[in-house]
This record gives sequence, C-alpha cells and structure tokens, in this order.
Amino acid sequence: MSKLTDLTIASALTGLDNKDFTAVELAQAHIDAMAEHSALNAFITETPDIALKQAESSDKRRASGDAGALDGIPLAIKDLFCTNGVQTTAASRILEGFIPQYESTVTQKLFDDGAVMLGKTNLDEFAMGSSNTTSYYGNVINPWKREGDDTDLTPGGSSGGSAAAVAAQICMGATGTDTGGSIRQPASFCGITGMKPTYGRCSRWGTIAFASSLDQAGTFARSVEDNALLLRSMSGHDPKDSTSANKSVPDFAAALTGDIKGKVIGIPKEYRVDGMPEEISALWQRGIEWLESAGATTIEVSLPHTHYALATYYVIAPAEASSNLARYDGVRFGHRAKEDDLTDMYEITRAEGFGEEVKRRIMIGTYALSSGYYDAYYIKAQKVRRLISQDFLSAFEKCDALLTPTAPSSAFAIGENEDDPIKMYLNDVFTVPASLAGLPGISIPAGVDAQGLPLGLQVIGRPWDEETVFKVAGVVENLAQFAYVPQTVKRLPHD
Amino acid sequence: MSLDKESVKKVASLARIRMSDEELERMMPQLSKIIGFVEQLAEVNTDNVEPLANVVDITPELRKDVVNDGGYADKILENAPEETQGYFVVPKVVE
Amino acid sequence: MAKMVQGETGDWEIVIGMEIHAQISIESKLFSGASTKFGAAPNTQVSLVDAAMPGMLPVLNEKCVEQAVRTGLGLNSQINTYSVFARKNYFYPDLPQGYQISQFEDPIVGKGEIEIDLPDGNVKNIGITRLHLEQDAGKSVHDQHPKKTYVDLNRSGCALMEIVSEPDISGPEEATAYLSKIRMILRYLETCDGNMDEGSMRADVNISVRKPGDALGTRAEIKNVNSLKAVQQCIEFEARRQVDLIEDGEKVAQETRLWDPVKLETRSMRSKEDAHDYRYFPDPDLLPLTFKQSWVDEIKQTLPELPDQKKHRFMNDFALSRYDASVLIAERSRADYYEDVAQERDTKLAANWVINELLGILRKNDKTLEESPISAEQLGALIALISDDTISGKIAKDVFAEMFSSGKSAATIVDEKGLKQVTDTGAIETIIDEVLAENPDNVAAYKGGKDKLFGFFVGQVMKKSQGKANPAAVNKLLKGKLG
Ligand SMILES: [Mg+2]
Ligand SMILES: [Zn+2]
Repeated sequence: MSKLTDLTIASALTGLDNKDFTAVELAQAHIDAMAEHSALNAFITETPDIALKQAESSDKRRASGDAGALDGIPLAIKDLFCTNGVQTTAASRILEGFIPQYESTVTQKLFDDGAVMLGKTNLDEFAMGSSNTTSYYGNVINPWKREGDDTDLTPGGSSGGSAAAVAAQICMGATGTDTGGSIRQPASFCGITGMKPTYGRCSRWGTIAFASSLDQAGTFARSVEDNALLLRSMSGHDPKDSTSANKSVPDFAAALTGDIKGKVIGIPKEYRVDGMPEEISALWQRGIEWLESAGATTIEVSLPHTHYALATYYVIAPAEASSNLARYDGVRFGHRAKEDDLTDMYEITRAEGFGEEVKRRIMIGTYALSSGYYDAYYIKAQKVRRLISQDFLSAFEKCDALLTPTAPSSAFAIGENEDDPIKMYLNDVFTVPASLAGLPGISIPAGVDAQGLPLGLQVIGRPWDEETVFKVAGVVENLAQFAYVPQTVKRLPHD
Repeated sequence: MSLDKESVKKVASLARIRMSDEELERMMPQLSKIIGFVEQLAEVNTDNVEPLANVVDITPELRKDVVNDGGYADKILENAPEETQGYFVVPKVVE
Repeated sequence: MAKMVQGETGDWEIVIGMEIHAQISIESKLFSGASTKFGAAPNTQVSLVDAAMPGMLPVLNEKCVEQAVRTGLGLNSQINTYSVFARKNYFYPDLPQGYQISQFEDPIVGKGEIEIDLPDGNVKNIGITRLHLEQDAGKSVHDQHPKKTYVDLNRSGCALMEIVSEPDISGPEEATAYLSKIRMILRYLETCDGNMDEGSMRADVNISVRKPGDALGTRAEIKNVNSLKAVQQCIEFEARRQVDLIEDGEKVAQETRLWDPVKLETRSMRSKEDAHDYRYFPDPDLLPLTFKQSWVDEIKQTLPELPDQKKHRFMNDFALSRYDASVLIAERSRADYYEDVAQERDTKLAANWVINELLGILRKNDKTLEESPISAEQLGALIALISDDTISGKIAKDVFAEMFSSGKSAATIVDEKGLKQVTDTGAIETIIDEVLAENPDNVAAYKGGKDKLFGFFVGQVMKKSQGKANPAAVNKLLKGKLG
C-alpha cells in the first residue's frame, strides 16, 4: 500500500470503507506532513487538534454506518473562509486575531459531509495577488523547484497556500476562491487540478469578500475526480446569499465517463497572444490533439473582446473591493490604531492594517467610483464586461467547451514581477475573461516546461455546465498522464 | 492620464488610508500606470451596450418578514477592540 | 402664498424640498432577520449581517418591498417594477459596512403628487420626486464619556423609505403641513407608525432663498429635524441666516448642516465633508429588484381610502365643512370612529360631538381615542337621544360627562337620573302657569312691550323642569299663553 498522503480522495474513501486505515490515522499522516512542510508557509493557522477530533467523530460515524460523502478526508481551508472559533485573517494584519462566531456556508457543507480541517491556508492579502507574496503572514513557497536550481518559486495566487498544500501532499484537497484566476493559476503553477465553478454555484456567505460580482469558491485536489467530489459537497443554493442560484447540484463525478465523442471544443484564437512561450503553445496544441484523439471535434472560435478583459477586471474588481473593504475600520473587529481622534483612528488603522497591494487596489477602486470618473471607468468597464460575456455566449452556440492554456508562464521566482503591478496582473490574462463572464473553468496539469515546472491547460464551460467541464478535463487528465511530483515531496526521507 | 499628488491625496482621504508624503509620491506613478492601462477601454465601442453589473441569471428569493436572527450581543461584541456596557466604543465623534 | 423673509434689500422667497426618512412598519430588518422593536438593550437586535461581519451578505425582506409599493401608491406615484440597490459609501462609526445600501439611479417609486392642507383653508399640490428603500444606520451616543462615542447597532439595517419632495414648499407652514400629510398617509397605509419621538420619522430639510422670480439659490441640507416644531424653527433660522449672509455679500455654501434643537440653530457638519462623493454603485451582493405589474395592481386593491379621498367624501356626503372634515380624517381611527357615530344619524351633530366634546375631553384626560371609555356606538346612541328629543343638548353634556367617567350607556344614565325630556304639553303648561303666576310684574312688563323678557320666562320654565322640558314646546306654549 502506498503512503496515506499519496492517496486521492476517491481511493482514501475506499480505504476508509474497507477499514484499511482509520480517519484518525489518515489525519495524523497529514498532520505529520504539515509539520514536515512548515517551511512552505502554506498555513496561517494550523488546527491539528480540531483535525484529530473531527477524525475521531468520523471514525465513529463510519462505524455506525452514518459516514458522509467526504467523511474523514483531511482538507485545508483557504483563510478567506470564516471558520467558527478559528482565527480567520484573509492574510491581512487588519484581521489578525479575528475569531469568527460563525461558519461559512462552504466549510459548513464540507463539515456536514464529514470533512476534516487541517488548518487555514495562506493567500494573497484579501485574495489580491497572483503570487501569494502580499500576505501579511509571509509568502508561500511552491513545493516545485526548477531542475537543478534551489530558487524559491511562487505557488501563484491568490490561493497559493491551498495549492501548495495539495501539491506537497499535506492535505488531500483544499478550498480556494477565484476572482480572476486565483484557483486556476496556482493550480497550474503547482501541478494540481483546480476548479472554479459557475458564479452562483457555491454560496459566498461567510467567505470574506474581495469583489462580490466575481468571487466564487472552488476546489483543489490532485485529480479531476477529487475536485468533482469536493465541489459536489460545497455547492448548492443558500438562502443567505442572494446571488446563489437555486439549482440542483448534479453528481459531478458521474460525468467523468471519458466519452467526449461528438463534443465540439472551441479554441479561442485571441488567446494566441504575442510572446506566448513556445512550450505553452506546444502544450496547448497537444491538448487539442488529445481531445481530437478521444473523438471530439475542435474548431477555432473568436472572443473578440478578450484583449480588454484585464483592463475591465482591473476597474471592476478594485471598485467592488474598495467598498467591500470599508468595513475594516477598527470599530467592531480586527486591528485598531490607538488614536484619540476618530479620523486618525480610521486612517492609521487602515494604513497599518492593509498592505501595499490592497491599498493600491482600494485607491484604484475609490478613484474609479469617484465623482467625475464613474462613467468613464466603472460604467465603461461594465459595458465591456457585457461584451466579453456575450462573446462567450456566442462561442458556446458553436461549441460545448473551450480549451486554453491556464497561465502565460510557469511558476516564477518569488520577488519576480513585483516591480510593476501591470506585469503581475498579466498572469491572469487567460483566466480573467471567464471570471468576468461567471463561467466554470478548470486547470489540469498537462505537462512540464524545460525547467521541469508544471503547466496547466484550462477548460471553460457554459454557465451551469460543470459536468462538461469535468468530462473534458477528465479526458485531458487521462491522456496527459501527468505523473510528476514536486521535488520537495520527493526529497522527503520517508519516500 | 497621470494622477497628481493632490488627487492621490484626495483619494487616500476618501478611502481613509493615511499616507505620508513619501508614500503619496510612491503611489502616484503606480496608480497613474494602472489608470493608463485601464484607459484602453475607451477604444471599445460600447454604444447601445447596457452595463452588466452581475452575470448571474437568476431571480433572487426574498426573505419572509420574520425575526429569526440577532439576540446575541456577546457574539457581536466578541472581537471588538473596545466595548463597554454592550456598546462599541470609538474616539469621540465631533459633529 | 409663499412666506417671505424680509431683508434689507427687500423680500426673499424661501424654497424648500424635504427628504423624509420613514421607518417601515415590519418585524425584521431590511436585509436581515433581526428584530426592529424599539428600546432594546444595546446590540441585542443585531445580526452578523447588521454588524457587517466579514463575509456577511444582505437578503431582501419581501414585506419591505410590499410596504414601499403600498406607500408609493398612496402617494399617487409611479411604481417601478425594476429597481436597483446601490451602495452609498462613507465612513461613520454607526455605519458598519462603510456603506449604506440605498437606491440611487433606479428607485422603487418615481414621481407623484400629494395635496396639503394649509392653515388658511387652502390646498396646495406638492410634487413627490421619488421614494426609495434604504438601510438605517446605528445610533451613536456622544454624551456618556468625555472622549468617547458609544455605538449601538440595534437600528442598523432597519428599513427606511426615503421620500423626496420637489422644491415646491415655500415656508414653514407649508413644510409642517407637508410633513403632517405624509405622516398621515403613511399611518393610514400602516407602512410607518409615524412616531417622531422614537425616530420612526425624521426629516432632512433642503433650504435655499431667492429673490422672487430669480433662479434657485444654493441650498443647505439640514439634518436631524425630528419634530414639526423643529421643522418650523429650523426653516425660520436657516432662511434668516442665508438672507443675512447674502446681504452681507457672502455666499451660501452647499453643505450639510445639523439642527441643534437646544440652541435653536443650524451648524455645519464637519463629519460630512465627503458628502458630495458617495461613490454610489450598484450593490453586487444584490441583484436588481423586479416584480410584476399585476402584483402592484393586487396591492392597489387592498389600499384603504386615503385621507384626501376621505376628506372629500366627508365634505360631500356628510355636508361637513373642510375644517371639520380635515380634523376628522387626521387619523384613520378617528375617521372610522366618526363614521360609526354618524351612521344613520345627524352627521353634522355627530361631527360637533366628536370634534368638540370627545376630542376635548380625551385631550384634557391625556387619553387617546383608542383609550376612550365611550365607544362610537355609545356616543352615537347619545346623539340619537338628542335627535329624537329624548334629552336636550344641554342635558346631553351632563350625560356625556357621566358616560366618560362611568362608562355607562347614555340610556342607562338618563333612566337612572330621570333626565328624560318632558314633551308632554300638559306637564309643561302646568309649569308655565306656575312661572307666570310667580312673576306677575314681568308678565305685565312683557305685555307692555318688553319683548326681551321672553327669554327670562323660557329660562325660568327650563329651570323649574330641571332642564328636562323640551325647549321647542316651551317656546310654543309660552307664546300662546303670553298672547
Ligand atoms: Mg438625504
Ligand atoms: Zn436617506
């Protein structure tokens, strides 16, 4: 039998059912891995005691035949999901020590299905970033290294801690949130699979908001099937979130039939951007061939407004964020500067509490909404957003799903791209359009570059059609046979 | 478009973020660059296009008018930096 | 007639627009399930949503929407079946989200018009610009500590309707009449209890002055005007302040000012210096609010008769004066009471009794109509006794006082005390004969031409009968006897 931390969720569930091991043993193996990999800084708060307690109850439930869909599965939770009685920071100083008195709907659903929480993972502050370097609690280190080079690489962001933890086999799966690519890009950088469902599929209640019209919870795991299992547990209508859809949740894993005969896959021509690394376009081409070999037809489609997606995103997301982050004012929770004047208290609390990138985005958002600029920036961006959304809907009249690269590069070194915010923003060039259109998207590890770093391919689907996304992703996964393991994991003594 | 220091200062004040002169100087070119970047949207013809605020295609369900929440002042005040007698406490507001 | 302010350079016209915040009568908040009851211990009626805890989201209360539509219909206004919630961004300790969820470009109710009754008996139409739904803020307590402000969020998130008028109001009297009329309509509709002491209704008053015929002047928005008296006082103060400023060669600043009900003055609000950049944008946590016109039509079917309709009906059907009708319709319960009293009875007499006697005695005893010991049916029965000559109007007043203190019916009191009016001509004739016999001098004087003495004889007869003699019969018989 392989190591417990090597298992997929699906096989661990079988193992638990077969009494090959207990949930406590499974939790303990992952708690040990968490300790071994503490240098990755993937967690802001580790909760081994909670994990063991939950695992004990899980074993009891399984013994009495009451096991839930994810019973005993150790997960990591992005520290953007509020967890009752457990510090939740959004990786910001302004929430240091904040203990929610409530449980987010997504985590509650996972716990209701028996999942075990190992801890709260690191992220870019308030999910604003693509490299996990904006966290007040330090950056996360990608478990992957370039071949023959020990330079620390970024896991991507914002859900960098979750992606790194899954890749380093600290946990079997993790939650993430994706606003402009925050699940798909780190999944690509860390060589794992990450899924962002349709906007409205998962409740946002209890998840700290970055940009309300874009934020969507999603999943990380080491297989497409595991993502499907996690997403099924997390999804569903929540009357506490007015943007959560009252739609039934399909058995996503059941869609993984491997049969994509007759499916039409669109290849958006605007994604062939200038300066795309040769390895990435080659991988993309391989992906096209895999899908064709499995019986799908591929066609070129056009998404004419793709070029404007980033600019649209960098108006809308900061605008919403500037307002969403107004509640961090030192009055009811979180950090407060000790000042005797109210305005000083507000301004210094927020100056001390927020990091550079968050301040930058609040400033941009405030500016874009301020009088005299609202129409030129905000309303204009919303109009272009409609055009972008319509591009996708027209494309989906001709095809069932789209295949694109996930990110324009593999993982880069920590500190790289920091000199210029725009350069950092370009990381999301392939993920942002689907976010603006609220579409489901998944990143599957499909190969490695010359430096031995993972590269992902992205499948984007119609609204509410996660099943096709999973189905196509499953085929890519099968044919890519991505079997690489991060060096950090390989180098461990017990391997 | 480039932002001058006064505009950056005004935005910082609207956003209630204290910034030193040095920070304003540093922020100025960064914001200008981002604003310059997003200004490419002006190229897009959006005549007769309605703004899209939210993509989700649902009619939200409304709440019934029943009292089923609140009544837990202790939870509300649990994380308060300063509180007394059930109130949050802040530096005096001068009207 | 517009009320003018006299300045050194002549008369100035006051131009007023009002924004009335009315708390909607409902059990729970606009976007959360916390209670809206007044007077609870601090922060006990606060949900996680009302405290704007991280990750909390608003969910709209459907009853608020219905109440807003009802109110819009009651204000004769356009109902918008598509409206949008927007965030109004500003920082304040009792505004937990750092923004107020309100409506900006697309309110639920658009233009309309209502009629106000002026003290001189005239009516005037005032335009309604819009009505929108929004959240209330919490309460800041400034007087408990020298250096601190205390914050209670119980009111945070309560549902308000902001009713905005056109600048059609031209003086303190019109402003108070407008506010009273809005209050009356909302109370009729049962969409707001109108309780100004508890803050259920608050007004912001936009005031500017101009020379008659000139373009609109710069306005100041006065906040915290929370009684009819304050409306009047603040307009008088602010109009004078603006006229003095302009006449001194200075400019009126467009600003938010606060009414100080102790010092009786307005002053600039430092805390509102960002007031002109609220950065409104559609709330991405809430989708646009849409409903069907057929639902609006259904609500329309359930509207009660509104004050103005009722007033006109009372004037037409019951032959009441505009004044009497206005007094009676001021409260829906009062109008209902009156109609019960007046049913199949002398409608004018009923109006007199309700307005002069009943409301008078209630006021003297500090009681509301709901607490009246005399039911409408009982008062109606009393009036019936007057109309059918069972008792005289004078006796009726005594009976009424007795009814008020004992709660007994008029008939019982009349019976017990033997107050029944004497209409038997024989009995009256006997009394008249006695009176004439007792006053031979006056009889002689009357017959000698002193006509005025007729009243004296009537008085004597009434006195002897202890007020029970029917005055008409007394008159007629006396005339006959005295020739
Ligand atoms: Mg106002
Ligand atoms: Zn208002």
